Amino acid sequence: MISFNHVTKKFGENITAIDDVDFTVEEGKIVVLLGPSGCGKTTLLRMVNRLESITEGEIIINGENSKDMDPIELRRKIGYVIQSNGLFPNMTIEENVMIVPDLLGWSKKDKRERFEYLMKLSGLDAKDYGKRYPHELSGGQQQRIGVVRALAADPPVMLMDEPFGALDPIIREKIQDEFLQIQREVKKTILFVSHDIDEAIKMADKIVLLRDGKIMQFDTPSEMLAHPKQEFVSQFFGKDRAIKGLSLHTVENLREVIGLGPVDDSVQDTKTINVHQDLRNTLSMLLNQEADQVIVKDDAGENIGTITIDLVQKYLHFEIKGKVSASQEG
Amino acid sequence: MENWARFLEVNAPRILELTIDHAILVSLALAVALLIGIPLGIYLTTNQYLADTVLQIASITLTIPSIALFGVMIPIFSLVNQGIGFVPAFVALVLYAQLPIIRNTYTGIKNVNPEMRDAAIGMGMKTRQRLLRVEIPNALPVIMAGVRTAVVMNIGIAVIAAYIGAGGLGVLITQGISRNDNYLIISGSIAVAILAIIADSILLFIQKRYTKKVVAD
Repeated sequence: MISFNHVTKKFGENITAIDDVDFTVEEGKIVVLLGPSGCGKTTLLRMVNRLESITEGEIIINGENSKDMDPIELRRKIGYVIQSNGLFPNMTIEENVMIVPDLLGWSKKDKRERFEYLMKLSGLDAKDYGKRYPHELSGGQQQRIGVVRALAADPPVMLMDEPFGALDPIIREKIQDEFLQIQREVKKTILFVSHDIDEAIKMADKIVLLRDGKIMQFDTPSEMLAHPKQEFVSQFFGKDRAIKGLSLHTVENLREVIGLGPVDDSVQDTKTINVHQDLRNTLSMLLNQEADQVIVKDDAGENIGTITIDLVQKYLHFEIKGKVSASQEG
Repeated sequence: MENWARFLEVNAPRILELTIDHAILVSLALAVALLIGIPLGIYLTTNQYLADTVLQIASITLTIPSIALFGVMIPIFSLVNQGIGFVPAFVALVLYAQLPIIRNTYTGIKNVNPEMRDAAIGMGMKTRQRLLRVEIPNALPVIMAGVRTAVVMNIGIAVIAAYIGAGGLGVLITQGISRNDNYLIISGSIAVAILAIIADSILLFIQKRYTKKVVAD
């Protein structure tokens, strides 16, 4: 758990980079710091492992005040991933991944075992890649190594500073999925900096939207999309925020709430999708007119109904407007 | 051509001997210059104020004409009865080698990708660990370039040291000039050039051998 208690950072007298920031990253959750360039998100992240100092307030990491800890020990307990992956070109992949365990004085055997486990997580072959140098890997592979390197000494807390920002969109999405898969297994407490709205919606349990060092809203992605509390928040997420929000819902969610349409066997031109596909991609597919009928299949491969644009719209109306009226009544 | 054959027949052992003297003078000066320059260059990366001052002093040293510096050495070392010969030449060469070595060590380390440094600090490396594991290995090509500059430069400057009796290949050239003997001048100069090429190639080989291809790119 990471708690920010009224944290403020000033450069000199007049410039306030972080202004009275107060929120908590719960154990095992991902909180994404989101905001435009210069909003202070990276500064805030770097205050956690004391790469930046705190002017006022305190950051409590798993019950300990970061100020009271030795910065070197503190950093070794926190996994740190940066955008350019920060792998050291003079070291092999194995040496790179094992840096923190090495600094902590682990035995050779422990390091070896840990390395093999981590490489399994990363999906790269330990034998094949261990002796290679970073420049012999693709950008995506390097970033995977950057992520497992941060996991090397099994730190409870991880800081990720736009870790996938330098990757092309296709690889980025793939690695995001892989990372979420890894997170389901390791359950770290993660603070994640991003300027990419889609990435934030996908990765976050909760989003902190920052502007000029102040928190604009701290909420779950779906709440923030459906009920922006300030003009800036709705502007930031854009007019298409309803569409963006659809990526948080699957066909399964829609089926549970309003049900699917019946399958018409007379239609020849059909396409099938899995029930777990998200609604944003589904809607794009429907809008592309890829087929006259889109059939939804469950995991067993059985047809369980069809989906149309009307159904998505109805669901959207229900989800957003429904909640608004509910909260107004409450 | 026959004249050359006769000249070499007589003088080859002496040329070889002087070449060895020359090489010894330069390599001893280099060894000491490395022992001072590299640690100093590394230290300067942690002290910006001192860095500016030291690099400036080293630059100024380099602008002193070698013949003048050798001349200045004579009265200083006369105080300990070493006014001419090996010692003043050696000290002057150590001074000359300082600038390229200190400057390249300093800039090499300073120019290591800041994100790499950031990652090293963020992972909990202490200053010494960061220098030894990350910064110096990645700065090695630049540091070695400075060492090579120093060596080649010193092989040339050591020729002048013959004027203060330090021996070496400069002896052939100075004698050749005073006796108006072109054979001596040419053979001395060629020997200096060959020595410089060999020394540089050896250092280049060492550099390639001990820096990872990745770092060099």
